[in-house]
Amino acid sequence: MPGPDLDVRYVAKLARLALTDEEARVYGAQLADILAHVGALNELDTSDVAATAQVIESRNVWREDELRPCLPHDEVLAEAPQAQGPYFRVPRIIGEA
Amino acid sequence: MQGTTAAETARAVNARERSALEVVEEALEHAGRIDGEVGAFLTMTAELAREHARRVDGRIARGEKLPLAGVPLAVKDNMCLRGTRTTCASKILADWIAPYTATAVQRILDAGAVPIGKTNLDEFAMGSSCENSALGVTRNPYDLERVPGGSSGGSAAAVAALETPIALGSDTGGSIREPAAFCNIVGFKPTYGRVSRYGLIAFASSLDQIGPLTRTVEDAALAYDAIAGLDPMDSTSVDVPPQTTIDGLREDLRGLRIGIVKEYAAKSLGASVDAAYKAAYAELERLGAELVEVALPTADYGLATYYLIAPAECSSNLARFDGVRYGLRVEGADMIETYEKTRAAGFGPEVKRRILIGTHALSSGYYDAYYVKAQKARTKIAADFENAFGICDLIASPAAASPAFKHGAKSDPYSMYLMDYYTIPVSLAGLPSLSVPCGWVRPDDAEHEMPVGLQLTAPLFAERFLLGAAHAYEQSTQHAKKHAPRLALGVS
Repeated sequence: MPGPDLDVRYVAKLARLALTDEEARVYGAQLADILAHVGALNELDTSDVAATAQVIESRNVWREDELRPCLPHDEVLAEAPQAQGPYFRVPRIIGEA
Repeated sequence: MQGTTAAETARAVNARERSALEVVEEALEHAGRIDGEVGAFLTMTAELAREHARRVDGRIARGEKLPLAGVPLAVKDNMCLRGTRTTCASKILADWIAPYTATAVQRILDAGAVPIGKTNLDEFAMGSSCENSALGVTRNPYDLERVPGGSSGGSAAAVAALETPIALGSDTGGSIREPAAFCNIVGFKPTYGRVSRYGLIAFASSLDQIGPLTRTVEDAALAYDAIAGLDPMDSTSVDVPPQTTIDGLREDLRGLRIGIVKEYAAKSLGASVDAAYKAAYAELERLGAELVEVALPTADYGLATYYLIAPAECSSNLARFDGVRYGLRVEGADMIETYEKTRAAGFGPEVKRRILIGTHALSSGYYDAYYVKAQKARTKIAADFENAFGICDLIASPAAASPAFKHGAKSDPYSMYLMDYYTIPVSLAGLPSLSVPCGWVRPDDAEHEMPVGLQLTAPLFAERFLLGAAHAYEQSTQHAKKHAPRLALGVS
């Protein structure tokens, strides 16, 4: 049974992940169990602290905007599922009017 | 010659007593003979290894001295090595050839190391046993029925089985330290940002860090010195000049205060494991350290925090695997269906679970309750460590919640997550940390002993200090040498 606040089909749609009925059932139950464990965080008072995205302070780095060689197009496109000329080829995205 | 350390090999090659090509031919021969049993490697790179070995021999002939001259190297298969298959142990990248080389890999090759192959891992580094690999089974060289740990399980097994003296791994929540503990070797995760992540295929970007797995602390120091340092290709790589660690190795611990965590001492991991750690702490004291009690009151929330932050970041990072630019594509009726079918066919169960948790935690209506809450918990966990380091120089703890378990023993996801109870809080705080062999215990379901690891953790950027202290402990105990790997074909 999916947890009260996790609709596994809805989340899978957001994640662009097709699930079989069996997967939806199994993952739904497993995710509910994991969420029950992480729910322990609610016991922790965090009202007095700020969120930490990463522990090492990062600051902006500037560099000259200069042309540099990129990866060779032919090598990169050779790894594409489908390529055409210098482009990645994908199924039609825009429908016909 | 297979027990040779990286330091010994580099010395011999630099002195021209041995050629890099000889060393690497031996390593390839040994790996070819035993890796059928161990399963550490997904891909052997024999031709590339010979090419690199000849190049190293050329440099030595011209009078260069290289810190890792001719040292055979294994690389976890989530790091790019140009021209070589880089799979992340996933069906979605099973045939992908990397068009560039990761900075850390390039640096260790420049230091003279020779890459003999790419090692198995839990798919996209998500797991603690290597069982989540979609491409192969890796076995623990100290008991083939048991897991090598994970996610850098192939790297740990390769080093433990004497296939290479150094392997590169990556650690997000314990993925270097836990397999090192399971396989009786040293596993070192540097401070977050010390080693460039460029070319490391991302899992959780605020936590991922590359580090070495080796049989000795000295070799870990040599490897770390080669790979650490600022890299303009990784905006999170830190601009704090790394101190060399190889000349900071100590023989005693006089003047050090080592923190023993109050909350951990109250938890039992079983009588024999508890006894091993008690003996380890006593040995630290015998070496001159003063043991002090420290508190990490929010560390117990580490797992919950991690299992929101890491999946959230993974759900975002793995969005790039959409069947457009690289890897697998399964055609659907339209683009959306192509994404959905590609990802359904390409990812394994644990990766799917984490994408789903992460997507949920970041989704509208849940973002504050889950993701922001976890980021705040992370602040508290990091503050706990900062407070503890106010009264101690290092923290000692178990590296893993148990010795290596049998394949298939952890069937529900959360029981697997618990293996990383001690490593995860350290990762959330970004601290440098390692596991060093600290004794042997006999699990209830075993006829023989299995290794356990001591986790030592230092303040941010204190790698030199951490490796120095670990060396003193390793040299005085020599725990790793008590038992040899249990392989039918032997390792000599």
